Amino acid sequence: MSDRRNTASATREEVEEFLYREAALLDAWQLDEWLALTTADCGYYVPPNDKPDADHRTTLFTVADDHARLVERVKRLKDPSAHAEYPPSRTRRLISNVRVTGHDGDTIEVAANFVVYRFRRGDDRREYVGHYRFKLRRENGALKIAERRAILDGEELGALGAVSFIL
Amino acid sequence: MTDRYVIEDRAKNTFSLSREALVSSAVFEKEHRAIFDTCWIYVGHASELAKPGDFRTRHVAGRPVIFCRDKAGAIHALLNSCRHRGATVCREREGNARQFMCMYHGWTYETDGALKAVPGPEAYGAAFDKRNFGLVAVPRLDHYRDFYFACFDHDAPPLADYLAGATEYIDLVVDQSPSGRMEIIAGVQEYDVKANWKLLVENSVDDYHLPTVHTTWLNYMKNAGVNVRPPKEEGLLLPSKGWGKDLGNGHLTTDNVNFRGRPVARWISIYGEDAKADIEAIRRELVARLGEERAARIADTNRNLVVFPNLALNDGSSVTVRTFFPTAPDRMRVTAWCLGPAEETPAQRARRLDAFLTFYGPGGFATPDDVAALEAVQQGLAVWREVGWSDMSRGMAKPADAQLNTDEGHMRVFWRRWSELMDRAG
Repeated sequence: MSDRRNTASATREEVEEFLYREAALLDAWQLDEWLALTTADCGYYVPPNDKPDADHRTTLFTVADDHARLVERVKRLKDPSAHAEYPPSRTRRLISNVRVTGHDGDTIEVAANFVVYRFRRGDDRREYVGHYRFKLRRENGALKIAERRAILDGEELGALGAVSFIL
Repeated sequence: MTDRYVIEDRAKNTFSLSREALVSSAVFEKEHRAIFDTCWIYVGHASELAKPGDFRTRHVAGRPVIFCRDKAGAIHALLNSCRHRGATVCREREGNARQFMCMYHGWTYETDGALKAVPGPEAYGAAFDKRNFGLVAVPRLDHYRDFYFACFDHDAPPLADYLAGATEYIDLVVDQSPSGRMEIIAGVQEYDVKANWKLLVENSVDDYHLPTVHTTWLNYMKNAGVNVRPPKEEGLLLPSKGWGKDLGNGHLTTDNVNFRGRPVARWISIYGEDAKADIEAIRRELVARLGEERAARIADTNRNLVVFPNLALNDGSSVTVRTFFPTAPDRMRVTAWCLGPAEETPAQRARRLDAFLTFYGPGGFATPDDVAALEAVQQGLAVWREVGWSDMSRGMAKPADAQLNTDEGHMRVFWRRWSELMDRAG
């Protein structure tokens, strides 16, 4: 949007630091602290493997949460009755190729690659490979997540089975 | 192998299922022949092939298949194997084709399967007739209200007979569309479950597990204003009453009084205030078109239907079309789509997709816990030599027409049919 002034900026170093902190919170299952990194209108999306560029309003996604459902998702994941994630999976996120890809008004657009390893007792190691597209905004000077899109590279979920933790 | 997988004593109300049926490689091999090669198996939906030349490739009962619409508009299910040396001739997931050309030696086929050209035809003898070398279609293909099924058995009954009472419940889904045209919405969910495929048949209609497996989903619904407390009626574990039904030929369904949000005429706060008036309008359209009674039947009841052996239509928080095939005794590949009326407005479509994700799919609030349950069962079944039988007698003391969705009467329907077909195959 060329008619809007870009009021936001961030260095790659600051964005990397932010993404690493986010990853550490998710790997540690500090989900309330993670939720505090999101804006009140944050969306979290995992597009379907066959239509990675699609719109969740016209295409069936794997995950398409508005903030209200994200809050419910965190509640669910903290509940021992969320059987798919109890006991919680051990995850380890490797994030690389971090780029600040654009600015739009007060939004900073960021891309990064990820590998998330997931371990459960008695189960195979599962490797979720893909890339993130973030929209970040500043609130009181601090970066916050306004949109978080985790796009998987696999042609199908296949052996990954489910996306039951926050990818 | 044991010679009986199901032992039923109607006098004593016992129904025991051999756990070997869920773990054995011999059973897995035999099922291909006894079940998947004799039954009508879901292939796809007409809406997936909107235009002449449209195609989708998928696996049906272990075979690579091209589900396509030819230039003249006719729908086919062609075995995706070159008549020359066997390579798959179409390797893309979906698209629109003028022809299918084998990448190995360049044999080229029309979209109806006819062999069009081979490179260097002069090297073949005079007896070589292209008409004998078209792509082979599945032996039988037929549809009911745009749901296409293939059958690999020339002697099987026609699809309409095969579906028996299941058609009544397919109608309850299709009649949600004012024009009778439902469509598969873009975006497919394909995922593996490390469990025997028959456990997903059971799970699709087993409402006994809802309060325990889906506690977090019920809490989510409660937070959205849905009353999730079971009424004070003896034997009810769920917020509303529902039945488990035998539809003949091994087909079965739940038939429940609705308590959950439904894009067709049951608003919940998750949909937003804006949606209220729209959902009332959807209800009015149903009543105007079908009358009060039929509209209520469609909108105020929900159902999970299993068309034997492996198609589930879950018409609850949205509509999911789900099919699954075994890839090993302890593993299946699930494919699931969202189905909706073709004439939905953009807002209605977005609401349907959003409602789908409240429950269904690998990122939904319920399906991952179902998967966890099935995988826990499969792990537990490793004791099959010591603990050889599972109990499926719940509700058996009651008459057949009094089986609740939390009983196991409808699952016994599946197992009896499965057992009969396995016995018949010898």
